[in-house]
Amino acid sequence: MTGNGDYRWPHKHLLGLEDLSAEDIRFILQTARGFEGVSTRSVKKVPALRGKVVVNLFFEDSTRTRSSFNLAASRLSADVMEVIGKGSSVSKGETLTDTARNIEAMGVDVIVCRHNSSGATHLLAKSVGCSVVNAGDGQHEHPTQGLLDIYTICRELKRDDHDLSGLTVAIVGDIAHSRVARSNVYGLRKLGAKVILVGPPTLLPGSFKELGCELSNNLDEVLPRVDVINMLRIQFERIQSQQFPSTREYATFFGLTKERLSKAKPDILVMHPGPMNRGLEIDSTVADGANSKILKQVANGLAVRMAVLFLVASAKEV
Amino acid sequence: MRVLADESKVSQLIDDMAAAIAKDMADVGSPNQWALVGVRSRGDDLARRLAAKLEADRVGTLDITLYRDDLSEIGSQPVVRTTEIPFAIDGLHIVLIDDVLMTGRSTRAAMDSLMDLGRPRRIWLSVLVDRGGRELPIAPDHVGLDLSDQPTEGELVEVHLAPTDERDEVIVRPVEHEVEAS
Repeated sequence: MTGNGDYRWPHKHLLGLEDLSAEDIRFILQTARGFEGVSTRSVKKVPALRGKVVVNLFFEDSTRTRSSFNLAASRLSADVMEVIGKGSSVSKGETLTDTARNIEAMGVDVIVCRHNSSGATHLLAKSVGCSVVNAGDGQHEHPTQGLLDIYTICRELKRDDHDLSGLTVAIVGDIAHSRVARSNVYGLRKLGAKVILVGPPTLLPGSFKELGCELSNNLDEVLPRVDVINMLRIQFERIQSQQFPSTREYATFFGLTKERLSKAKPDILVMHPGPMNRGLEIDSTVADGANSKILKQVANGLAVRMAVLFLVASAKEV
Repeated sequence: MRVLADESKVSQLIDDMAAAIAKDMADVGSPNQWALVGVRSRGDDLARRLAAKLEADRVGTLDITLYRDDLSEIGSQPVVRTTEIPFAIDGLHIVLIDDVLMTGRSTRAAMDSLMDLGRPRRIWLSVLVDRGGRELPIAPDHVGLDLSDQPTEGELVEVHLAPTDERDEVIVRPVEHEVEAS
């Protein structure tokens, strides 16, 4: 936590944590600290992006992320426009880049985009002049979710220097299809954490070993060793039936139940990116229990998204 | 580089400021009716020094980055830090503390930021150095070193205060080219 000397935020877009340095990530997290207080004061708004326009361009369902970006932009005094895939020209066959260019022509500063194709936001960033923030692209990355998960870990464990050395984080579930897992892995590894990915063999690609992760199919063995456990949502919309065991089998081996949690470290942080399948990947008693940081994640997401919008919008062309 | 005030002079200036603030706050009333708020950076160090001398309990720190009016200008480098004011400012006399007053734009930003935190009874302005060159109708209530009649255009007046800096001093030096370009 310093004045950062010569550091200068260099990114006009936020497309993934893979593209960021550890210093970039720490700078976002440090900036988010400054935004946290805005949500608790009498006037929950700062004028930082007054006169700027932020567009939420969502081609996939989202409640939490979309409303979080909307509120974050509003609290920065930006004007916010919502464009939803269904009911817009998108369903009339307009291409992604055409849609984006048309929206940009209205004088937009930042496009926040969610799309079901991996790489969609990279394509977008190449075709428009404004800033692009990835709010989830297919099975690729969901950088603000990764950032808010890491921010929550740092806040809860009082790691104010945003250094996660010596910390072990387990991410459990459908790793193969998870953009949340991917962004978490990039971010956590860059900040020095050890990451264990846990899931059934069909949903746990060996390629993650190359990113420095440990892989396991045995949650009960992993659980006592970790400081943080991040339970992913089972995404039925992305899974082909043969990859997935029955929901009952999944819950038996990978569901975070109260009994299972009793084998973990007593101060373990339990996280979930939402929305939860209660009784499947996580039991209600755990989700609502003392170790759960799930609602903190949501609150922190606002500060992190404010920081991201502020930084990309004020990034200077090099 | 010229030294406008060395360590002992800075100490004297802070004592003078403290005395001037104490006099006005005595008229305001009991210590629970006023508070010191320092503007990052250096203003927060200054506020803590003054608080120790004035035996003030309420000291806060204000980060005005999000209220600056030059955020969209090329060359500005926004580093957002936390605002830490652990008390309600409603109804209080707030003594705003800054190191250098020039254009008044930082003070404008600080006042806007305070107004969003609550409704102070009155905002006072205390600065260590007033170097003139105002671009807004803003006047300080308490000034340590008054340079407002000595033009320092094209120069940079810097306040260094421990513990942020190595030693206490006020210096003036030519503006470097890269800063000038912005």
